[in-house]
Amino acid sequence: MTVELDAPPRATPAWTRRHLLGLEDLSSAEIETILRKADDFLEVSQRSRKKVAALTGRVVLNLFFEPSTRTRTSFSLAARRLSADTVDFTVTGSSTSKGETFIDTARNLEAMGVDVMVVRHSSPGAPHLLAQHLSCSVINAGDGAHEHPTQGLLDVYTIQRAKGRVAGLTVGLIGDIAHSRVARSNIHALTKLGARVIVCGPPTLVPPTIRRLGVEIAHRFDDILPQLDVVNLLRVQFERQRKGLFPSIHEYAALFGMDSQRLRRAKDDVLILAPGPINRGVEVTPEVADGPHSAILQQVTNGLAIRMAVLYLLCGQRSADRQASENAPVREAAETP
Amino acid sequence: MKTLLLTNGRVIDPSQNIDAVTDLWIRGDTVLGIGPQPNLIPDRVINVSGLIVCPGLIDMHVHLREPGREEDETIATGTAAALAGGVTSVACMPNTEPAIDSQAQAEFVYLQAERAGNANVFPIGAITKGRRGEELAEIGGLVEGGAVAFTDDGSPVVSAEIMRRALEYCKMFDRVVMDHCEDLDLARGGVMNEGFESMRLGLPGMPAAAEEIMVNRDIILAELTEGRLHILHTSTAGSVDLIRRARKRGVRVTTEACPHHFTLTDECLRSFDSNFKMSPPLRTQRDVEAIIEGLKDGTIEVIATDHAPHAPEKKTRELDQAPNGVIGLETLLPICIRSLIEPGHLTWPQLIEKLTINPARILGIDRGTLKPGADADVTVIDPNLEWVIDPTQFKSKSRNCPFAGWKVRGRAVLVLVSGQIRYQYPENPALS
Repeated sequence: MTVELDAPPRATPAWTRRHLLGLEDLSSAEIETILRKADDFLEVSQRSRKKVAALTGRVVLNLFFEPSTRTRTSFSLAARRLSADTVDFTVTGSSTSKGETFIDTARNLEAMGVDVMVVRHSSPGAPHLLAQHLSCSVINAGDGAHEHPTQGLLDVYTIQRAKGRVAGLTVGLIGDIAHSRVARSNIHALTKLGARVIVCGPPTLVPPTIRRLGVEIAHRFDDILPQLDVVNLLRVQFERQRKGLFPSIHEYAALFGMDSQRLRRAKDDVLILAPGPINRGVEVTPEVADGPHSAILQQVTNGLAIRMAVLYLLCGQRSADRQASENAPVREAAETP
Repeated sequence: MKTLLLTNGRVIDPSQNIDAVTDLWIRGDTVLGIGPQPNLIPDRVINVSGLIVCPGLIDMHVHLREPGREEDETIATGTAAALAGGVTSVACMPNTEPAIDSQAQAEFVYLQAERAGNANVFPIGAITKGRRGEELAEIGGLVEGGAVAFTDDGSPVVSAEIMRRALEYCKMFDRVVMDHCEDLDLARGGVMNEGFESMRLGLPGMPAAAEEIMVNRDIILAELTEGRLHILHTSTAGSVDLIRRARKRGVRVTTEACPHHFTLTDECLRSFDSNFKMSPPLRTQRDVEAIIEGLKDGTIEVIATDHAPHAPEKKTRELDQAPNGVIGLETLLPICIRSLIEPGHLTWPQLIEKLTINPARILGIDRGTLKPGADADVTVIDPNLEWVIDPTQFKSKSRNCPFAGWKVRGRAVLVLVSGQIRYQYPENPALS
């Protein structure tokens, strides 16, 4: 196993994509390929020497147009554990504060020799636009309210590891569904893997059209709670309250917050997830977040393995593309130190 | 004066109920007549057999961007695009910088159009000073300067009181008031139509209700004032229904549809391509069908492009930050053929009517007809010519076209303005 992960990644028939832009486009087989690869890397993370040589000489750039510490750190660490060089580039405020479009920013950075660009942006579709304009691989690390594919993957991975399966489970996504990229990526991954998904929140935050993604809609948390094998508590975004989508944080917490009283009405083996960063006392109370049902910290650990798996698979496909285009398989070997 | 004969074409002139293979005679800058003229010897004969000959097309909803945003379009480039699309007259919107809200501004448009020497341009004046929606512009002065209609297009008239007074005041000049119907509160922040597609893409939506609420308000005000109302770029099934019912009970309301609204749906936004972003936005298949139904039953009397150029550096951006609007002059005909003629929704005379005499009537301009003595604005269409839409070849200064790469059929091959040949295709003349 170690020997294989120390060698440059190769393409497999199971993975032929150069970009990871969203989970809506992936097949269940592709999702399972990532989860299986993550198993390998979870093992690497448990060693004392947490590093393999797979991506030696590759460059991974984190291009973040939105503040993030957790996701960016997770991608950086994932890349380093694969021996890639990493660069973080965070654009605070407007991407055009110096008059440059975000595409130009990305192209300039790519010209420095980037293999994989990890992009977070507040505009849905921004990573898709970059994938069209750049020749490096693009990973969507969250685009507005659209998708956050590695979060969706790490959530299903966490469920699979805790429950032994995903198919047949009933998963509740609780909170602001309308504006949540985590909700969308979770819905795509969970439905493809055969879970039953119930989305639950106030009607101002749950668009009725979401049924067409194959989920059920509920507005009363207490009604659905006893059926749930997994509860995923989406982060409350405070600016939604200012826009009048719910009256107060206090009322939100009363209706949709997970506290120990609610936990008693849930299944004995209910699994609690939260994509974080969590607002303690709002969507989840401290005793639940830190209690035995909570998988919040496992999500973070698993996220690292998922991101290593994604980087590895994308770089493997890049090598294959390069070999195909140059028709010179010798080159790949020459690149290996 | 020289005499020109366009012989053997299918002459379609809905203003006279003509649809026949015959001759069109032009003397100098006016139409002499339709049909054989045994006693006349033409100075020049152009054989147009197999082609359609009709009054020059009129596009009553065009943004020429001049003055103020010449990086997007100028009156010269916009009118060159018009000619290439077979359009001999455009009415241009007043959302320029500064807005066309005074007599001098209107006269400037005529001056620039004359300098360009392409298509005719009829300026539409702003309803309110600076398009700020606060107080009426000098509508009398604008009429004096040649403004043919009034609108704050780009923005709705938010105040019902101002809209009411505009409808009343314009009656004095028998001019139509046009509104961009959008409830700004409901549509705020919206990037596309609100529905399943906006939900799955995570993009903020503009509900159909945002349009329909204001369409309904304007109809009620037109009823109150007995003024003349024209609803710009109707895009929803609900709007079509409201307008249909209002017309039935005698309200003086007309409307127009844009080719993109009866051809494309909000599914196009899955590409995150800003060339599918405009206001009102692309709606659903149900709305597309309702607009086609409205075109068929006459509720929608006019087809207009809402040609809205934006320079590539502005449009090639994150979808939610790119400006609204697409260009349409150079794709008007083939898209109408593909969406309306080929499926059998409209006949050629019905289509030509919506592109000639109907907009001329609404604007009160003396165009859109081939009656003897009329200005000889003529468009000759090859309905079967196949071509591929390539925005890099456009006369327009901008490239924000949602139909790039489409293989289409039909285009204008000869365009006359006041008896002069102003455009032919291919551009190295083979016809004459």
